[in-house]
Amino acid sequence: MFKKLFEGLKKTRDALSLGLRTVLSIGRDLDDETLDRLEETLYTADLGPSATAMIEKARKAYKLREIKTTDDVMVFLRKEIEDRLGERSELELRGVPPTVVLMVGVNGSGKTTTIAKLARHFTQQGKKVVIGAGDTFRAAAAEQLQIWADRVGATLVRGKAGADPAAVAFDAAEKAATEKADVLLVDTAGRLVTQAHLMQELSKISRVLGKRIPGAPHDVLLVLDATTGQNAIQQAEKFKAAVPVTGLIVAKLDGSAKGGAVVGIRERVGLPVKFIGVGEKADDLEPFDPKEFARSMFEGHTP
Amino acid sequence: MFESINQNLQKVFARFQRGGKLTDGNIQDGLREIRQALLDADVHFKVAKDLIDEVTNRAVGEKVIESVTPAQQIIKIFHDVLTAAMASDKPLVIGQHGPTVIMLAGLQGSGKTTTAGKLANLLKKRGRQPLLVAADLQRPAAIEQLKVLGQQLGIPVLAKTGVTPPDLCAEAIPFARANGHDVVILDTAGRLHIDEPLMQEVAAVKARAKPHHVFFVCDAMTGQDAVNSARAFHERLALDGVILTKLDGDTRGGAAISIRHVTGAPVRFVGLGEKLDQLEEFHADRMASRVLGMGDVVSLVERAQSVVDEKQAEEAVTKLLTDEFTFEDFLFQLRSMKKLGPLKDVLAMLPGGLGAQLQNAPIDEKQLDRVEAVICSMTREERLRPDVLDVDRRRRVARGSGNSLDQVNAVVKQFAGMRQMMKQLKSQSGLMGKMAARFMPGMSGAKQHKAQVIEEMRKKGDLLRAKRKMERDRKKQNRRRR
Ligand SMILES: Nc1nc2c(ncn2[C@@H]2O[C@H](COP(=O)(O)OP(=O)(O)OP(=O)(O)O)[C@@H](O)[C@H]2O)c(=O)[nH]1
Ligand SMILES: Nc1nc2c(ncn2[C@@H]2O[C@H](COP(=O)(O)OP(=O)(O)OP(=O)(O)O)[C@@H](O)[C@H]2O)c(=O)[nH]1
Ligand SMILES: [Mg+2]
Ligand SMILES: [Mg+2]
Repeated sequence: MFKKLFEGLKKTRDALSLGLRTVLSIGRDLDDETLDRLEETLYTADLGPSATAMIEKARKAYKLREIKTTDDVMVFLRKEIEDRLGERSELELRGVPPTVVLMVGVNGSGKTTTIAKLARHFTQQGKKVVIGAGDTFRAAAAEQLQIWADRVGATLVRGKAGADPAAVAFDAAEKAATEKADVLLVDTAGRLVTQAHLMQELSKISRVLGKRIPGAPHDVLLVLDATTGQNAIQQAEKFKAAVPVTGLIVAKLDGSAKGGAVVGIRERVGLPVKFIGVGEKADDLEPFDPKEFARSMFEGHTP
Repeated sequence: MFESINQNLQKVFARFQRGGKLTDGNIQDGLREIRQALLDADVHFKVAKDLIDEVTNRAVGEKVIESVTPAQQIIKIFHDVLTAAMASDKPLVIGQHGPTVIMLAGLQGSGKTTTAGKLANLLKKRGRQPLLVAADLQRPAAIEQLKVLGQQLGIPVLAKTGVTPPDLCAEAIPFARANGHDVVILDTAGRLHIDEPLMQEVAAVKARAKPHHVFFVCDAMTGQDAVNSARAFHERLALDGVILTKLDGDTRGGAAISIRHVTGAPVRFVGLGEKLDQLEEFHADRMASRVLGMGDVVSLVERAQSVVDEKQAEEAVTKLLTDEFTFEDFLFQLRSMKKLGPLKDVLAMLPGGLGAQLQNAPIDEKQLDRVEAVICSMTREERLRPDVLDVDRRRRVARGSGNSLDQVNAVVKQFAGMRQMMKQLKSQSGLMGKMAARFMPGMSGAKQHKAQVIEEMRKKGDLLRAKRKMERDRKKQNRRRR
C-alpha cells in the first residue's frame, strides 16, 4: 500500500536530514509557527477550505491546552482528516450478474487506464469481464482500449468512430448479458462539466444501460486526477448531478500531488474514494485506505 | 472560469467601497480576503503570499492618493500585479528559416497530443508546412491517436517503432528538411516529474533534437502541485513557454499564475476545447481582469461575434430594451448562450458585478435543453404572448416536449422570473443598455446610437413609439440592403 508513492517521495528529499529533524521535534512544545507551517502543508496538499477549518480547530484546541506538543497536533490533524474521509468503501459486485460499472470523468483524468486496471482486478479473481468502448469521440480511444482489453483478458465491445456512445453501451450490455459475464465496465469520453450537452449524453448512457440490465449501472465511478485542485469539488458535484455517481477513483497518486481535494469531496458531496491509481500499468491499482491517506498528507512536511 | 474568485473579490471590494480611505486596517482586511480568493483559485500557497506582499508594499506606498476610491486603487494595483505576474515582455516568434523545432512535454493526460495537432493546424493556417512526430512510444495507441489527428488535418505524421524517442526525434529534423517541412512538432509521452529515468529520456530528446521552443503543456485544473511539476520540467528542459489546456471548463485556473512565478516561462497559448481549432493566444491582461471580476468584455465580444447572428442579436437587444421579452427571445438567447459556451463562463465575463447577480438567477445550465424543448413545443402565439398559456395548453406542450406538466410550469415560471429580472436590471440606470452596446456585436456607431435613442425613449415611457421607430428603421434598412 502506497509503496510506490513513498518511493517517489523518497527520491525527492533528503531522508537523512528529515529523519534528524523528526527526532529533534518529538515532544516539542507546539507554537504558532508550527501551526502556520502545518497550514501550509495541508494547503499545498490541495485540502483547500478543509485545511483552514482543521487548522482553526487545532488552534482552538491549542489555546484550550487540549493539545500541547507537535506530536499531539499531528495526531489531532490526522484524525480530523480520517474522520472527514469516513469508513473504507469497497467496490462490490452487486445485483444479478453482470454488475455494471460506468466510468466517468473530465478529459485525460485516467478513465480508460483505470478501466484496464479494474478489468485486471476482476479477471484475477476469475471473473468474466466485458468492456464497452463508450468513448467514440477521442482519436484512437477504442484502439487504446482494445490494446488494454487484450492485455488483461477482457472482451471489448466497440462501435465505429463517431457512433452514438449510448448505442455502444447498449450493445455492450447485450453482450455482457447474453455471454453471462460477471462484470461490465463501460468507458466514456472525457468531458468538462461545463459542456451541458455532453453531461446529458452521460445521463442517457446511464439510462440505456438500465434498460438492458435491471439496476444498471450498479456503480458509477468518477475518475479524478490527483493533481486537480479545487475544481475537483465542482467535478464531483456536477457529475453527481448528471449520473448516480457512487464513488471516486483517484488516479496518478504516484506523482508528488497529494490528492487532498477528495477530503472536501467527501465532506461536501458525500462521495467516498474506492481505489487509487499509482502507475500506468494494469496492476497499479490499490484499494483506498483512509488511514494511510491521512498519513500521506503530511509526507514531506518538515516538523 | 474564474467565476468564484470573481465573486469573492467583488465582495471584498464592495466592502472597500463602503470604507472610505485606505488604512492599514482595511488593507489588511481586504488582502486577507484576496489571499483566500487566490487560494480558492488554486494559486500556490507561497505564490499567493508573495503576491500579497507585493500588493501590500505598493498599496501602503500609494495610500496618499485621494482622488480615487480605495477600491479602485486596490483593484488597479492588483490588476497590475497580476498582469505583470503573467505577461511576457517578448512576443513569441516562431522562426521562419530552416525547420523550426517545437517540443511539447508534460504530465500524463495534460493534453500534449491534442495540442500538437492544434499547433500544427494553427501553423498550417499561417502558411507553414508542419511535420508531426509521434515520440510517445509508451501509451497504448498514442501513435495511432496522433496519426488520426494528422489525417484529419492533412498533416504528415512521422512514426516509427523499435527506436528510442531521442533517436526518433533526432532523425525527424533531417527528414523534415528533406521533405520540405519548415516546422517540426514533437509529441512526447506523458511522464511524472519525479520519474527519474523518464525525465532523463525527455532531457535526451531535447539534447538530440535541439528544439527552438520547449512548451510545458499543463492542465488548467491543476492544483498546488503545479509548482512542483513545472519547476522540475523547467530544471530539465529550460522551458520557454507554457500551454494551458482545458480552459473551457469552470476551473479558476490559478495554476497559470503559479507556474509563471516559479519558472518565469510565460503562458503562450490556451486550449479551449477538444477540437483542433480550439487553441488561442494567451492574454495576461484579460486573465487578470477576469481574476479581479472586472469582466472580460473583450473575450466575450470576440466570442459573441463569431457565433451570434448580428441582426438577430440586435433585435434581441432592442427587445430587451423595449420590454418585449418573449419566449422567442428566450429561445434565441438560450441558443446563442449554448453556442457561446458554458453559461457560467459567459456570465462571469460580464462587467460590473452583473455576472455575480445573474449567477444567482434561476438559470440552471443542465436544463437548457429541456427548456429549449418546451419552448419548441409552443405555438408562435404562445411564445409571443405567454399569458395565454392556460392549463390545457401547458398539458399539450408537456406532451409535445416529452416533459411533465410540472416541468412545463417550471419553465414558464422561470421565464416570468427572467422577465422580472430584466426589468430590474434595466431600471438600474440603463446599465443593460450600456452593456448591450458593448457586448452585442455590430453595435457600434449608428447602431449604438440607435440603442441610445431607444434607451432614452424607454425612459420617457414611450415604449410603443420606440418599437414602431425600430420597425421603421429596420424596414428602411432592409429596403436599402435589397
Ligand atoms: N502515473 C500515472 N499515470 C496514469 C495513471 N492513470 C492513468 N495514467 C496516464 O494518464 C494518461 C491518460 O490516461 P487515460 O486513461 O487515457 O485517461 P482518460 O481519462 O481515459 O482520457 P480521455 O479519454 O482522453 O478523457 C495516460 O498517459 C495514462 O497512462 C496513474 O495512476 N498514474
Ligand atoms: N475540453 C478540453 N479538452 C482537451 C483540451 N486539450 C486536450 N483535451 C482532452 O484531454 C484529453 C487528453 O488529451 P491528450 O492530448 O491525449 O493528452 P496527452 O497529454 O497527450 O496525454 P498522454 O500522452 O497520455 O500523456 C483528451 O480527451 C483531449 O481531447 C482542451 O483544451 N479542452
Ligand atoms: Mg479515455
Ligand atoms: Mg499523448
